Amino acid sequence: MVTTAASAPLLCLRGIGKRFPGVKALDGVDLDVRAGEIHALLGENGAGKSTLIKVLTGVYAADEGTMRFGGDAVRPRSPKEAERLGISTVYQEVNLLPALSVAENVMLGRQPGRGGFIRWSAVRQQARAALARLGLKIDVDVELGTLSVALQQMVAIARALDLNARLLILDEPTASLDEHEVAELFAVMRRLREQGLGIVFVTHFLDQVYAVTDRITVLRNGALVGEYRTAELPRLDLVGKMIGRAVNDVAGRDADLPRPDDAAPAVVEASGLARAGALQPLNLALRRGEVTGLAGLLGSGRTETARLLFGIDRADAGTLHVKGTAVRMKSAREAVRLGLAFCSEDRKAEGILPNLSVRENLILALQGKQGIWKTVTRAEQAALCDRYIKALRIKTPEAETPIKNLSGGNQQKVLLARWLATKPELIILDEPTRGIDIGARAEIEALIGRLRADGLAVLLISSEIEEIVRTSTRVVVLRERRRAAALEGEAIEPAALMRAMAGTNGEAGGDA
Amino acid sequence: MWWPVFGLLALVLLNLILDPGFLKITLLDGRLYGLPVDIFNQGARGIVLALGMTLVIATGGVDLSVGSVMAVAGAVAAMVLVQGGGMLPAVSAAMAVALLAGAANGVLVARLGIQPIVATLILMVVGRGAAQLITGGEVIVIKSDAFAFIGNGTVLGLPFAPLLAVALLIVTHQFLRRTAAGLFIEAVGDNETAARFAGLAAGRVKGLVYVFAGFCAGLAGLMAAANIRAADSYRMGENMELDAIFAVVVGGTALTGGRFLLLGAFVGAVLLQTLTTTMYNLGVPPAVAPVPKAILILVVCLLQSDHARRWARGLINPKGGAR
Repeated sequence: MVTTAASAPLLCLRGIGKRFPGVKALDGVDLDVRAGEIHALLGENGAGKSTLIKVLTGVYAADEGTMRFGGDAVRPRSPKEAERLGISTVYQEVNLLPALSVAENVMLGRQPGRGGFIRWSAVRQQARAALARLGLKIDVDVELGTLSVALQQMVAIARALDLNARLLILDEPTASLDEHEVAELFAVMRRLREQGLGIVFVTHFLDQVYAVTDRITVLRNGALVGEYRTAELPRLDLVGKMIGRAVNDVAGRDADLPRPDDAAPAVVEASGLARAGALQPLNLALRRGEVTGLAGLLGSGRTETARLLFGIDRADAGTLHVKGTAVRMKSAREAVRLGLAFCSEDRKAEGILPNLSVRENLILALQGKQGIWKTVTRAEQAALCDRYIKALRIKTPEAETPIKNLSGGNQQKVLLARWLATKPELIILDEPTRGIDIGARAEIEALIGRLRADGLAVLLISSEIEEIVRTSTRVVVLRERRRAAALEGEAIEPAALMRAMAGTNGEAGGDA
Repeated sequence: MWWPVFGLLALVLLNLILDPGFLKITLLDGRLYGLPVDIFNQGARGIVLALGMTLVIATGGVDLSVGSVMAVAGAVAAMVLVQGGGMLPAVSAAMAVALLAGAANGVLVARLGIQPIVATLILMVVGRGAAQLITGGEVIVIKSDAFAFIGNGTVLGLPFAPLLAVALLIVTHQFLRRTAAGLFIEAVGDNETAARFAGLAAGRVKGLVYVFAGFCAGLAGLMAAANIRAADSYRMGENMELDAIFAVVVGGTALTGGRFLLLGAFVGAVLLQTLTTTMYNLGVPPAVAPVPKAILILVVCLLQSDHARRWARGLINPKGGAR
């Protein structure tokens, strides 16, 4: 595998340009991917990653530049044609059919058969072979939907890897995987690298870039920043190149974070809050003027806690006090009336109303709180939109633009504005910076600080340990659906958090 | 939104070519006569149904039972009248039954989580049977002139049923705009989970649109029975649910829910009725009549499809000079 380092690039893009009405999406971009290498393609949202991938896979035709693949000048005009050339792509959202079997999913559209009849034994056999290539032994007869998301992702890769595939493009494949699943995916990627495939890997997670890639190409605003060897590029430099400015606020706690005050009134106080299969009895006090970080691996019970607090799921046991009064939270509607707000981690499924405007998305929770008769007047709506578009620096052509046309970071800001407009006393933020670019992340972190200073109680759920360390006055660590540790003040530091998340055996940092 | 208007204008133009007197309206004995008046008179029921259907479809559902509910409402009103009940008891009883039917749909869909198409299919079948049970399978003749006014009466020379339909359109439109109801319906239709997470009573919104659809079906049933002065439980409202769905779709509301166009549905319903009347006028045999209707629906749907429009543009203006 090491011998491939000097080999000629498998894929060689030179001076790729692509113009859309009013925007130059790509301008003079080069990309070299060698056989037997994992190549990270990085950049903020709007850097041009997706456009470049669409050029590669034949969705868009480049306006200028050349593309060579395996030494030949090529110009794929459709994904099918790119696939025939040997360029396969797996997208972030798994495009498979959950009700069909694994074998059917792997072989769909190219089932071996004769005279219109499918030879099912051959389908199964070839599917098994495709999975074996990834080192996977999955029963090919089970329904795909019964597998974990990670395994479904592997099936998607097996499907994408036609026998002649030489280049595999993975577009944010890890967005919905937990750490263990990511490790499994990486094992598959390394195996494919050894088989001589070139892999383009798009991700938002820098840890993963350093864990698995050999080289990095950074794009910014549609232009090439540079190509680097992963081992030779320090993380801070990488971030600096991505956002185009020197970074000095990546690590370390916010200096003016106040000390937690046990006497501060709790907006919400849970004792023994539990739900079978979701959360073991948990005590939690969320106080005014504090950011409580809720840390833990995926599946540790973080989102489940938020859903119980917000009345989306009902608790089996325990009590909940809101501002000193015992309540039984039966619906999100009730939670909103009591002054709670909840920004879900799944922006697309549980957050935005994609076809409605920024304005309608923004006023939705406030209008819901006021009920059907007491409308937020047009003037109030305009004022709210104006205020939050300015305050949160939401980039949208106008308030009437459908929210689906905004970037992920800006959609998230609209959802934050939706909740801030209700003047909540507690805001629960579940992965507020997931899948959004670094600039917007910094702004959202700054906003969390402002909300705390304004006297709100904030519950911050995040997989990014640094984000929790930077912003939280207290941290509760969950592991296996129960409280594993509670930290406050200076005790909140990454190593301690990771030890608590990983368990007493202290495997912290093993994957970083 | 503009395509159904264009379609309507085109159809009117076609009619004018075939029959220059198409738009002629005459005043006789303080009452308007003419084909446009007929269209609105006969189309009033379709308009009313389309209003209810629009809101149901906007929440991502569909109500197949409205035709049967029309028959039930008509049957109930007729039986009350036959048994000597007055106008008010007849109308109230019919509307109460229709609202109950709508509520039943609402509970099945919103509370029990049954697929709208299945939930309302139940009442579509049961309702038709119930209507026949109520009337004993006979056509019940209505003698009350007061009741017949709903279908045939005039106010200041204008036909009453269309006036009622337009009034309902205006009231519904104003209600949806002046309260948050329109936003809530579109929110639930666009992303129900997100709407619930934002604190909306999504279940209640979904349930109530079926109650409204039931109300509209009851009203349409009264209009139908009053128009022919009879309750025919076999034929009344037959296939009307499909016409209502067509009107909504032709009017630009997507079956996937979310954004809705109440005025579009109104125009769509008028368009369908114009087509029906046109064919009747041209002497097209009833057995063949559905064909032009299907073609019209296809054309309007194609005009609304981005895919089809892009394809058509490619045909007119082939820019693919690459080859």
